[in-house]
Amino acid sequence: MSGWLDGNFVSVIDGVAFGLLLFTIAVGLSLVFGMMDVLNLAHGTLYLAGAYVAYALSDGTLTGLLLALLAGALVGTLGGAALTFLTQPLAHRGHLDQAVLTLGITFIVADLLAAAFGGDVLPTDPPTALRGTVGLLGHAYPVYRLVFIAVAAGLALLVYLVFERSSLGALVRATVADRDMVRALGVDVRKVLYGVFASGAALAAVGGVLGAPILGPGPGVDETVLVLSLVVVVVGGLGSVRGALAGALLIGQVQTLGVALLPEYAPFLLFGTMLLVLVLRPHGLVASAVRA
Amino acid sequence: MSPSASAPTPAPAPTTASASPASAIRRRLSATAVAGALALAPFVLGPYAIGTLSRILVFALLVLSVNLLTGLTGLPTLGQSAYFGVGAYTAAITATRITDIGPLQLLIAAGVSALVAVPTGWLAVRARGVVFLMLTLAIGEIAYSAAVNWKSLTNGTDGMSGIPPVVPLPGMPALELDGLVYFYVLAVFLLLFAAVSRLGSTSFALALRGIRDNEPRMRAIGYPTQRYALTAYCGAGALAGAAGALWVSVQRFVSPGDAGFEIAALALLAVVIGGSGSMRGACAGAALVWLTRDYLGNLEVVSGRGPLLLGLLFVIAVYALPRGLAGVRIPHRLTRKRTA
Repeated sequence: MSGWLDGNFVSVIDGVAFGLLLFTIAVGLSLVFGMMDVLNLAHGTLYLAGAYVAYALSDGTLTGLLLALLAGALVGTLGGAALTFLTQPLAHRGHLDQAVLTLGITFIVADLLAAAFGGDVLPTDPPTALRGTVGLLGHAYPVYRLVFIAVAAGLALLVYLVFERSSLGALVRATVADRDMVRALGVDVRKVLYGVFASGAALAAVGGVLGAPILGPGPGVDETVLVLSLVVVVVGGLGSVRGALAGALLIGQVQTLGVALLPEYAPFLLFGTMLLVLVLRPHGLVASAVRA
Repeated sequence: MSPSASAPTPAPAPTTASASPASAIRRRLSATAVAGALALAPFVLGPYAIGTLSRILVFALLVLSVNLLTGLTGLPTLGQSAYFGVGAYTAAITATRITDIGPLQLLIAAGVSALVAVPTGWLAVRARGVVFLMLTLAIGEIAYSAAVNWKSLTNGTDGMSGIPPVVPLPGMPALELDGLVYFYVLAVFLLLFAAVSRLGSTSFALALRGIRDNEPRMRAIGYPTQRYALTAYCGAGALAGAAGALWVSVQRFVSPGDAGFEIAALALLAVVIGGSGSMRGACAGAALVWLTRDYLGNLEVVSGRGPLLLGLLFVIAVYALPRGLAGVRIPHRLTRKRTA
């Protein structure tokens, strides 16, 4: 291997890692909005909460990481349930109300987290066992990121199988397509909504735990994550798992390769990519089968 | 059920259209009273309060710009901070390198912001509803990161300081005192407010309302709705840019935070609180939001908890002030005549 790819090998693999992180976060946002029609601008806050959980529980052992993953999933699930409960009464009042409400929640939680953890970005180290680098086609690459790629790819596969290949996923998609029919079949539609929202939120918080060593907790990180996931969702296409994956991998490359190759223009590359995709495919890379 | 659904929504509450001559006179009287009170404020209030009032007036212009899009045209935006920031940086650069005459800075800033709004708006108005919101949010965020990263132009996170005091008109002395700057801000504010409300009674504004309420029908009867939306977007961008220029005249400093997400979120909140579509409501919302952020946040009891209070204000506003939401996707029961 030589030439361009060799020179940018680390950036490309970093892009894959970052893209999978973005997928883990954004897929929940995409499903909750695209399938359940609830706009959640507090989505970045769920990531931030997960990242702080990772910071608080990381003690350099693998047990600490596993504990943080469980705690993060719990925090995310509870957060998602609370957000479902709070946004329910606004369901018929339109998206602007949902936007204002979830923005308010963002402000409140961000302020409380800053009060608890201070105003600096907190460096979060991966467990000792996963530190260091390994040789990868002649390049030294951090072990943690490789493990992360494996775990996140596993999560992506799981989400895909559940939502697109299982009867549970069929139920969710049926609820989106025709709520009344599903209700007539004797299914509690509210439970489906809570389930989708809570699992999306849990994924974002788990993303925070896993992503803490890559994009550590601190003020403003919630906003960065929110914007990146919105871009992923817009680029990928609303409400589709495959779209979220395609969008996330693309944006991951744009962010890492862009910074490596064109540091001067990095802020505009994100926008440029979005522009290009939306001009070529106004509904995103993968238009949702259900909601198209 | 589609996210950008443009399902026919019922007609919105009456906003600027006056019902009777009596109410028109009352409106004019109260407007004169408010303008008079604002003009007298520096003789009554202390310097800190006047500084706050100047900032509120500037912020109110930004909120009016958001109102043009969100309230009038039905395009919920979280990206007006981008044009506010472009205007502010343009004015700062103009003030330090070209001229210290305020109206020129305003014009240049508004022009540059409108120019930036053309390509970005072209992208944004391809979408409606939440996708529009997402796109504008991304535009705002990119403007912010440009302000941070384009160091040769913006001086990065340190921001630009040492901006000379504004000269209101050629030949006049530079305004060094906060109280005098306030009068300049007030004059610009009243001028732009009058201009925007004049716009509110044109056929162009009616077409925008038509787009908000039923775009497919507007398109069907031959309106190029896309072009209308883009024109509104650029106009709102120019207004936000003018507000940014005024901001620099008040602060004599600009930093990336001025183009940040918080400003955009606050402006949208002010519109929602004020009641979308109503200009005076938007200004009242601007004042409420700014006072909550600036004043309450600095009180001893809750010191430094400004964001928390603002968040609570957001949450309470959504649940308790549904009538403040007149104009954007409102169900029937909310279209009763507003009492405020």
